Amino acid sequence: MTLDKKKNMDDLDRKIIAATQSGLPLVKEPYQAIAQQLNIEPELLMQHMRAMLKTGQIRRIGAVPNHYKLGYTANAMSVWNVPDDKIYELGQQLGALSFVSHCYERPRFLPEWPYNLFAMLHGKSKDEVAEKVQEVVTLLGEHCAGYELLYSKQILKKTGLRLKEPSPK
Amino acid sequence: MDELDRRIINYLQGDFPIDNSPYQIIAQKLDISEDELLKRLDHLLENRTLTRFGPMYDIQKLGGSFSLCAIRVPANRFEEVTQIINSFPEVAHNYERDHDFNMWYVLATESLAQIDITNQSIEDKTGLKVYNMPKIQEFFVGLHFQA
Repeated sequence: MTLDKKKNMDDLDRKIIAATQSGLPLVKEPYQAIAQQLNIEPELLMQHMRAMLKTGQIRRIGAVPNHYKLGYTANAMSVWNVPDDKIYELGQQLGALSFVSHCYERPRFLPEWPYNLFAMLHGKSKDEVAEKVQEVVTLLGEHCAGYELLYSKQILKKTGLRLKEPSPK
Repeated sequence: MDELDRRIINYLQGDFPIDNSPYQIIAQKLDISEDELLKRLDHLLENRTLTRFGPMYDIQKLGGSFSLCAIRVPANRFEEVTQIINSFPEVAHNYERDHDFNMWYVLATESLAQIDITNQSIEDKTGLKVYNMPKIQEFFVGLHFQA
């Protein structure tokens, strides 16, 4: 996908994203290395990246573990039916649990899809995930009107999201 | 993977500094040398224990749109429908899940309007109903896996 026409990104931000989306260089002064590549002052690069962190355009800077390699081989999408007027409070609590990686409110489609709270759960076995589900059941208590677990059977497609380099003007 | 690798992985799931010598700062906190940290990180990326190290961008905040969509695909049409869905470049991920709603894909497009246009086109080509479930609120996105 390309985002070259978006207003809320300036050209330099776009270049910074293109230069860092595959990762930070493993050298003692990584920001200097990127700045050199972009032909800008390191301080300017760091200013822009700090600004993107502040606006949330950069979620965080850090390591992304391969959860399968760490032994987390049981990964379920759990879906919960909770009252709309309680969802903010419950969503915050659910998202704070250490075994939840993503937690969102999504729309229901009644009657066939009553679930409005989604959380990805990760464990080292299906038994472990089942225990964690019980923790969530306890946490949601009387507010939970039903839930289901959807284990993935097969990855049918997975492509990285890549921004294009800004095109020269 | 030894104890130090685990400490590095757990520590680097937090916030990495934007500073002239960021690895030096982290190395000091872990009580190891900067060279050791760089060597370990290189190795963890090399053997795919880490999939990535660097800034994580929120594409939505950069102006793009995402949506999670589900379809109930009849078993005898599963392969055919998979081919149709996967042929759309807007489909970034597609998973088969163990449920009546058995196909779940993520659309990534440049605008909100394109989400609807793509789903309409998928409905036309498959003759199946698409359940478009974009996020309404985000409570947490992150990884705090204990290595």
